[in-house]
Amino acid sequence: MAESTTARARWMSALAQAGPTAVEAVWASLGSPPAYRLLRAPETGLVMVRGRAGGTGAPFNLGEMTVTRCSVALEDGRVGHAYVSGRDRRHAERAAVLDAVLQDDAARPDDAARGRLERLVIEPLLAARRARQQEIRARAAGTKVEFFTMVRGEE
Amino acid sequence: MRAGFADPVFDSQRVFRRVLDAMSEPGRVITVEAPPPGPVPLQPATVAIALALLDLETPLWLDGASRTPETVAYLRFHCGCPIVDEPGRAGFAIIADPDQMPQLDAFDAGTDEDPDRSATVIVQAGTLGAGRGTRLSGPGIAQDAWLDAAGLPARFWEGLRTNHGRFPRGVDVVLTAGASLAALPRTTRVGG
Repeated sequence: MAESTTARARWMSALAQAGPTAVEAVWASLGSPPAYRLLRAPETGLVMVRGRAGGTGAPFNLGEMTVTRCSVALEDGRVGHAYVSGRDRRHAERAAVLDAVLQDDAARPDDAARGRLERLVIEPLLAARRARQQEIRARAAGTKVEFFTMVRGEE
Repeated sequence: MRAGFADPVFDSQRVFRRVLDAMSEPGRVITVEAPPPGPVPLQPATVAIALALLDLETPLWLDGASRTPETVAYLRFHCGCPIVDEPGRAGFAIIADPDQMPQLDAFDAGTDEDPDRSATVIVQAGTLGAGRGTRLSGPGIAQDAWLDAAGLPARFWEGLRTNHGRFPRGVDVVLTAGASLAALPRTTRVGG
């Protein structure tokens, strides 16, 4: 996968998994929002989530989840897409616009300016996601049973 | 890229109704209200029909004039339809340049058991008018209807007569011009 594709996948994933309030907060940090028009207005639907046991087994259907998608175009023609979890239409629209401006940001010729917006907008979302995952892991770790420590009494 | 329907559900239902009206009264010129402006060279009525009827289960064939990168990107994005290279594998076809179009029998005419699995061919005419031009008769037409469609070669009308002769097999044709459309289903007799 090309460098630009992995970068885009990273921020799209961050925007999709962040909560609507978190996305709204980074949106506010943009200052003046860019002018854009809707290519596909936000719409809610179901997608089938598939998985592979152990990451390598045969694919199976894990279940359906609710997603909201949206596509926008900036004035310069740059197109942004978003598929976000949940049914918050505003979240999807914000994420699609952010996808478009982040592509502009990643394409800047000037090395110093390139990626500045990504660090400003996406890093806080990724940090929040790491913290959330850490908390879930910690909670799960508290219930883990260490079978090796159980010693049979009669010996 | 241009936008699709402003209100996908109600706009597609409205356009579906217009196509149904056109199919049940062949030769009648029907206007689609406020069709979205699509990519050049597609006519607004062609775009409206595509947005209403095409989806991931309808393979689409585009002629040389309409197969531009913009058209392909627009239809892939808004309709999600696969675009095929052979006319015979298409469920729908869009023809922007009727002078260069393949014969109608190049498209899927269905089978005697399943004549409904045939293709629908959308042909963009220069203009569409009623009251003069080519005489039409058949189911859905009380006495006779006259359809005046500009910019269609003689072999297109010849092909329609052959198409009618294959009934129940055959393709259905929708003519578009601007925001207007008229249907020429396989049941319609052309001329004579």
